[in-house]
Amino acid sequence: MIKTFKLTKKFGELTAVDALDLEIKEGEIFALLGPNGAGKTTTISMLCGLLEPTNGTATVNEFDVKKQALEVRQSIGIVFQSPSIDDLLTARENLELHGILYGMNKADRTKRIPEVLEIVGLLDRADGQIKTYSGGMRKRAEIARGLMHMPKVLFLDEPTTGLDPQTRTHIWSYIRDLSKKNHITVLLTTHYMEEAEYLADRIGIIDHGKLIALGTPYDLKQSLGANDIIVAKSDKDIAKLTKGLKFVKGIERDGELVKIKVENAGKNLCQLLVKTGELGEIEVRKPTLNDVFIHYTGKDIREDSAEGGIFERSMNSNNR
Amino acid sequence: MSELMGIYGVWLREVKVFFREKERVISSLITPLLWLAALGTGLGASVDLQGINYKDFVFPGIISMNVLFVSLFFGVYIVWDRKLDFLKEVLVAPVSRTSVFLGKMLGGVTDGAIQTGLLLVVATTLFGFNISPLSALFAFLIAVYLGACLVSIGLIIGANLSSPEGFNLVMTFVMWPMFLFSGSLFPTSNLPGWLDIVVKLNPLFYGVDALREVMVGQGQYPVAVDLLVIGVTTLAAIVIGAWSFKRMQV
Ligand SMILES: Nc1ncnc2c1ncn2[C@@H]1O[C@H](COP(=O)(O)OP(=O)(O)OP(=O)(O)O)[C@@H](O)[C@H]1O
Ligand SMILES: [Mg+2]
Repeated sequence: MIKTFKLTKKFGELTAVDALDLEIKEGEIFALLGPNGAGKTTTISMLCGLLEPTNGTATVNEFDVKKQALEVRQSIGIVFQSPSIDDLLTARENLELHGILYGMNKADRTKRIPEVLEIVGLLDRADGQIKTYSGGMRKRAEIARGLMHMPKVLFLDEPTTGLDPQTRTHIWSYIRDLSKKNHITVLLTTHYMEEAEYLADRIGIIDHGKLIALGTPYDLKQSLGANDIIVAKSDKDIAKLTKGLKFVKGIERDGELVKIKVENAGKNLCQLLVKTGELGEIEVRKPTLNDVFIHYTGKDIREDSAEGGIFERSMNSNNR
Repeated sequence: MSELMGIYGVWLREVKVFFREKERVISSLITPLLWLAALGTGLGASVDLQGINYKDFVFPGIISMNVLFVSLFFGVYIVWDRKLDFLKEVLVAPVSRTSVFLGKMLGGVTDGAIQTGLLLVVATTLFGFNISPLSALFAFLIAVYLGACLVSIGLIIGANLSSPEGFNLVMTFVMWPMFLFSGSLFPTSNLPGWLDIVVKLNPLFYGVDALREVMVGQGQYPVAVDLLVIGVTTLAAIVIGAWSFKRMQV
């Protein structure tokens, strides 16, 4: 449904999206993850025709984004990351205008507007100007607008940032049902791992404009090569103490906390403790998408040369 | 059909926003009234031009000025819309860029028409101009027609500006010269060569000329000629504007 061919965008010297090849199937919910500035929004902007690719191209619903921009726009709906709703108008007016722009007739608009307002819980504030809304309410109005017409492809650029947990959960389940019932393809970006976990059929991680990992949430967690993570408090040199233990797959230190990736903790924990001696506040858990994300994109906060964080480095040293 | 609906949608947004911004309506009514008070009543108290009082002479000029300010401001303002992202929603809608342009343009024309109508009524009442209802109606229609041309020019500029910082530059280097060298404030029949050329290249001149003809019978050219020049300019501006909108990125 969405296919990119060496899709590239340069802003002067900076390559925001770097020869991206990606294929998203019809009806799939695909989450694009990546640190700030990774190129997620730029990718979406090119896919919906707001930015001209520097190189390469993409198709959305079989239409080429460069040559058939109007047909592409007829196939899509979008919730932008940055606010784009008219704040002098009310939510209802914004939705009404959206419906008109998308060629919905009066009857459809009248039916659909209360429905989407209900989904985002804005029914009782629908006639207030957007500028009187709180940040989260504004975002909800934007989501309502993105859901107004039924597109074939829905782009959601950090749709639930700033929403309270109740609203977020509610919107997640709605989007999931919507996509599955109507075969709507969804391209989602998010910084919330639970969101990707809950919604996504597949996940792509990009960094510096390049795709660096791709798969189902399950596959990605498997790709870490360990099925349990032990977190404990200790200032010992765990890497040295556990040298030679085959089931230890990696060690990451974060202050006095140490994160040990192991295979089958249920079986091997005892052996580990024999080597390390006593560890404080020990916790055994399954790997999460958060672990996956950190693994692939490094631990450092962006605008740093984040070529592999401590985790990766210590993994390498461990494998030696 | 859906293109027409698209144009309607873009237009409707502009009109709704316009009625939410009452302060803007008031403030853009005050400016021409101040000009009329200073030039018309002040200067007009002692100056007659071409056999009529300067106050009557300058009124069509001030109406054109108001159309220019309102229209150009409206058009160039989309550079802010782009910056603040309000335009994104319209640009991803399944509506051709030509229709987006036309909807915006008609929105600006509507705003301008309302402001011109208000100005005509208020100024005539306040300053006691002596114009027949029929010539007031013609003046109104010409002003609206001129507005279409100026909004289109403003939209072209706004679509091609890369950042909102250019907004003030446009006001300084486009709006004021267009106003000052349009014959709004002085007769254009005896200008030195270079100034004559500058004035005749200015689309606003033809608006002023047509208005002056229908309001006080002192146009340099027949109204039909003025309207033709404005019409051709508008068509060219629509073509260039639609093209500018097509290549506009946010
Ligand atoms: N209009 C622009 N001009 C210049 N550089 C830009 C422009 N838009 C984006 N960039 C740059 O391109 C890179 C990718 O930005 P993009 O907005 O796609 O990141 P993102 O993955 O969406 O990040 P975030 O998670 O913060 O939303 C960044 O380095 C950004 O500074
Ligand atoms: Mg982004």
